[in-house]
Amino acid sequence: MITILQKELADYFSSIRFIVLFILVLLASAAGLYASFQGIRTANLPEGFVFLGLFTTSGEAIPSLINLITLLVPIIGIALGFDAINSERSGGTLSRILSQPVYRDDVINGKFLAGIITLSLMMAATILIVFGYGIRLIGVTPTSEEALRLFFYFIFTVIYGAFWMGLAMLFSVIFRRIAYSLVTSIGVWLFLSIFILLIAPAIANNLAPIAEGATTAELIRNVGLEQTIMRFSPNTLFSEATNALLLPALGENPLIIAISPAAAFLLPNPLSLDQSLLFIWPQLTAMIALSVICFATSYMVFMRQEIRAT
Amino acid sequence: MSEKTVIETHGLTKNYDGVTVVNNLNLRVARNEIFGLLGPNGAGKTTTILMLMGLTEPASGAAQVCGFDPTREPLKVKRLVGYMPERVGFYENLTPRENLKFIARLNNIDESESTSMIEQLLEAVGLSEAADLAAGKFSRGMKQRLGIADALIKKPEVVILDEPTAGLDPVGINQIIDLIAGLPKMGTTVIMSSHRLHEVQKVCHSIGILSRGKTVVQGSLDQLGRQAFANGRYRIEVETTQPTPQLINIIEEISGVTKVETKGGLLSISSDSDLRAEISKAVVQGNFPLIEMRIQEFSLDDIYMKYFHED
Repeated sequence: MITILQKELADYFSSIRFIVLFILVLLASAAGLYASFQGIRTANLPEGFVFLGLFTTSGEAIPSLINLITLLVPIIGIALGFDAINSERSGGTLSRILSQPVYRDDVINGKFLAGIITLSLMMAATILIVFGYGIRLIGVTPTSEEALRLFFYFIFTVIYGAFWMGLAMLFSVIFRRIAYSLVTSIGVWLFLSIFILLIAPAIANNLAPIAEGATTAELIRNVGLEQTIMRFSPNTLFSEATNALLLPALGENPLIIAISPAAAFLLPNPLSLDQSLLFIWPQLTAMIALSVICFATSYMVFMRQEIRAT
Repeated sequence: MSEKTVIETHGLTKNYDGVTVVNNLNLRVARNEIFGLLGPNGAGKTTTILMLMGLTEPASGAAQVCGFDPTREPLKVKRLVGYMPERVGFYENLTPRENLKFIARLNNIDESESTSMIEQLLEAVGLSEAADLAAGKFSRGMKQRLGIADALIKKPEVVILDEPTAGLDPVGINQIIDLIAGLPKMGTTVIMSSHRLHEVQKVCHSIGILSRGKTVVQGSLDQLGRQAFANGRYRIEVETTQPTPQLINIIEEISGVTKVETKGGLLSISSDSDLRAEISKAVVQGNFPLIEMRIQEFSLDDIYMKYFHED
């Protein structure tokens, strides 16, 4: 498997795709930095978490860095996975590789692992660039807790990216044509990241209508339903996890406000790191589970698939 | 399985979507021979090869390749068997050298050994000059050549070539056929599927013809010829002015002659071997006028056509 991993990594690093994605990532970090440069002075950051503001503050017209990354990670994941297997099949290399003394799982494992490593490198680069320039820009060094929170954030982005890569890889196993797997992956991404934002409130309003002068219970039911629907999307899970991790102050965290608008005034503010992690534990497990399901399905389908030269 | 047999199948069967592609197939390939697998499109040649490589599982029946069952121990088979698929492809961003190196690594061949091996093979298939071009720029024929080098890199005991000469120019075909012909001497058994009967006839020691997933005939060219044309593989035509029964008698007595027919002044003689010398001698000694003599040898084409004409 090491040989396949090495080859896949070498392929990724020398591909135009990698360069394009890397430029995209660099642009995003530059934009994020600029946004926080514009907004950080006016942002109402809690004591001790000024550095995290670099990632969470949005500018006048530019979204915050975490929003940009939430947008970018699925694209990177899809770009790394959508042609993993079917390009080998259509190139006629798959049957040649599989007639060598290697286990069939080594091929897909090697590809997945190489993708994860590439993704990790990109995300680590983004976070470290912002980290370094951030210190120069605002002159505040991160506390150890902030550094730890950023480290967890890095791990979450990799898990989130792994989900999209696993999904794209699954389509690349199922569809023989590269165009089909790409279009399907992008379609799923559009649905889960954008359309669901439009659909969820509509369904919630239908099932739990808010009439004029509705009670608090009815309002909470409506919001709760909307949130349940939204949580089918890994995009929502990831943004919730990110927010809880990088916006430790409860008063600012949209997730907590949604659950209980009064919580901000009742709970100690901001949450400690272990409490933040505990808070997003369900989101995290769900994301890991989704990634595992995607990979395991593509693995199983690939293992059973007929290998024909044509 | 005897020492001399490298590949044997017993009742090998495979279905795709309810259609039987390979049907109760029995094949036997001896060590150090070149075995030609023939048959029309869709006869089940590629499927048979895939089952021999352990790339697809038979519905029933079993195969033995170099003493291993490819379904149960595919890795052991793949270590010993080189395979060139029908439409072989390479990583287009890598050079032929790098492509071969990758395969060598997958086979755990040492770095220094593989380097010299790759040079030798590229030379043998006539690609030394193109060795540093990206494989993406290769023509079909060049890929085909590289595919053969690729199948041989692991020094296989058996090499299975699916249409090795497809897409090659005439010079290339000769080169590749010569290369294939030399393999048994180096201890490699060759199985090749092909539609070019002429080449198969030239290099193959034994031949199996498949039709609708079944073996129609199997054996050496001579055996095949005898089976297909019960009267022998050669047909010699003798033109004479006196096709008397006496002359026919004389010719029929020559050993090796299986049948004599007359058509006016033309005697059509079937035989197992080239008996022109004996026949002309007999005709002249019997004092019969010999005007002209022609020999016609049945080629694999005739044998093949005979089987598929009757279909």
